[in-house]
Amino acid sequence: MMMKSPVLSARKWKKHLKQFWPLYLFLLPALLDVIIFRYAPMYGLQIAFRDFKIRKGFWGSEWVGLEHFIKFVNAPNFWQLLRNTLSLSVKSLLWGFPVPVILALMLNEIRSSKIKRVVQTITYAPHFLSMVAMVGLINLVLARETGLINHLLVALGFERKNFLIMPSAYQPIYILSGIWQEAGWGSIIYLAALTSVDLQMLEAAQIDGANRFQKIWYIDIPSILPTIVIMLIMRSGSLLSVGYEKVLLLQNDMIRDVSEVISTYNYRMGILQGKYSYTTAIGLFNSVINGIILLAVNKISNIVTETSLW
Amino acid sequence: MSVKQRNTKIRQTRVDAIFDVINYTLITLVVLVCIYPLYYTVIASFSDPLEVTRGNVTVWIKGFTFDSYKTVFDYKPLWRGYRNTIIYTVVGTAYNLFLLLPASYALSRKEVKGRGLLMGIFVFTMYFGGGMIPTYLNMKNLGLLDSMLVMILPGAFSVYNMIITRTFFATSFPNELAEAARIDGAGEARIFFQLALPLSTAIIGVMALYHAVGHWNSYFSALLYLSDTKKYPLQLVLREVLMQDNGIAINMDSMTTEELMDAARRQRLAETMKYSVIFIANAPVLALYPFVQKYFTKGVMIGSVKG
Repeated sequence: MMMKSPVLSARKWKKHLKQFWPLYLFLLPALLDVIIFRYAPMYGLQIAFRDFKIRKGFWGSEWVGLEHFIKFVNAPNFWQLLRNTLSLSVKSLLWGFPVPVILALMLNEIRSSKIKRVVQTITYAPHFLSMVAMVGLINLVLARETGLINHLLVALGFERKNFLIMPSAYQPIYILSGIWQEAGWGSIIYLAALTSVDLQMLEAAQIDGANRFQKIWYIDIPSILPTIVIMLIMRSGSLLSVGYEKVLLLQNDMIRDVSEVISTYNYRMGILQGKYSYTTAIGLFNSVINGIILLAVNKISNIVTETSLW
Repeated sequence: MSVKQRNTKIRQTRVDAIFDVINYTLITLVVLVCIYPLYYTVIASFSDPLEVTRGNVTVWIKGFTFDSYKTVFDYKPLWRGYRNTIIYTVVGTAYNLFLLLPASYALSRKEVKGRGLLMGIFVFTMYFGGGMIPTYLNMKNLGLLDSMLVMILPGAFSVYNMIITRTFFATSFPNELAEAARIDGAGEARIFFQLALPLSTAIIGVMALYHAVGHWNSYFSALLYLSDTKKYPLQLVLREVLMQDNGIAINMDSMTTEELMDAARRQRLAETMKYSVIFIANAPVLALYPFVQKYFTKGVMIGSVKG
């Protein structure tokens, strides 16, 4: 009601708070965490438009507008970084995205729940291996003289290869190890979606004489399609932010040209070389493009499949 | 039943049988691919370094030895890293839950005013952030650089997990129950601690595991914010061990045959030692997650319900 006097609503508030104050207190720590550690850095984003000097502070540093952005777009390595980043994430998406879906459909067809549980436990395992350990393992089994893979190649009559410094091997290593590590874990969401498939529909199909391939194709897949689309939208929203923690571990000087992505370049320039303003601008550029891609894919999906994030 | 119908029935069961054969074969392959690298790590770590580097270890331990582990046990930084990581994981996870559980509960209660605005404030941070450098400068301004607190405090509240947990509270702890407790004279804090929390062990277990694994396996924030090696977590020590070259200096001209053989032996040992370190560093997490596995699907399902 618009006519309500503020005194009354203040009294109402007092009464409300007298009973419910603990709930507001519950929210306080989380709110403080978000303000101090998430919103405060956003305030620092302004240095992307300044020539930031630590001793001058945020406000004392000279305002330079879009200078850093223009410098980045015209930098000699701009197109290389953009190409490396996009090609790695697009290929990871193309190769990696279908695997958990197929795996979930396969797991869903296991009738014994005991076997199913054991298979799930095993396929989740790589997800729990730390990134450092996994890259270490890759280095060990691919090593030229001592690695298991090279011993296998020799046994099969091929020549030894030093995969770790071969530019052409870098992307396959990154993508395959990513699938190995995350496919099992990624299947959980589709398995969850598959539990909501209409049982009556499956029975009806059974009576109509459908075999299991047909049931998967005509019932299971359409049922989980909304989930698939949502996951696809969310993945495409981070096309420009590939897992740089892994890239950083896999990189060496021999494959720098094909492996350097925007975020690792940012780490090198920003943290190691202290070019704060320039790299902040690059980071902002990155997240703006990500946001645009997310919005676009969401819009397209909304039109084509009537599924969207919001 | 007509002949035609019976025929389709037989054909159908035959197709289904073929399906089973293909499916189980593929699943067996998937299982082998998933487990073998981990299995190989274990058998290599217990095998004679010479056999491992020659590629003779494939299905079982060859030349059983504790040599790799003996080398690892003498390596002090690793154990210091282990101790640090245990501290970061235990304190960090407790702090995560301290932020997560009360806030998620409050956001699940309809009585709380301004929930929409609060959700907006939280969810916005999922899509947009300051980025690496402004975050780094923020740590610097807060005096957190090179402090053990930097591994625990920053960004400890996970919005994504909050959404899952909030939905859990909203669906598994109905308002009627809270109302009944209120009539019995229980205050809001008591309702949370004595009613809602004991009913939510499933979600608490899953969230504790997610955060604990996150702490245990993280290396990048330590790489960014810590420079004192005494504060390094396990993963950063692991990184140093794994990334270092085995280049033990071998000088063909000046070394005696005995010295050369010893250098080569040490070099091989450094190789198998890496398998032992990987095993030691990852065993706790790999041993733990199967116990909460049954809640994973449930957790994901709850999270996917739009709240």
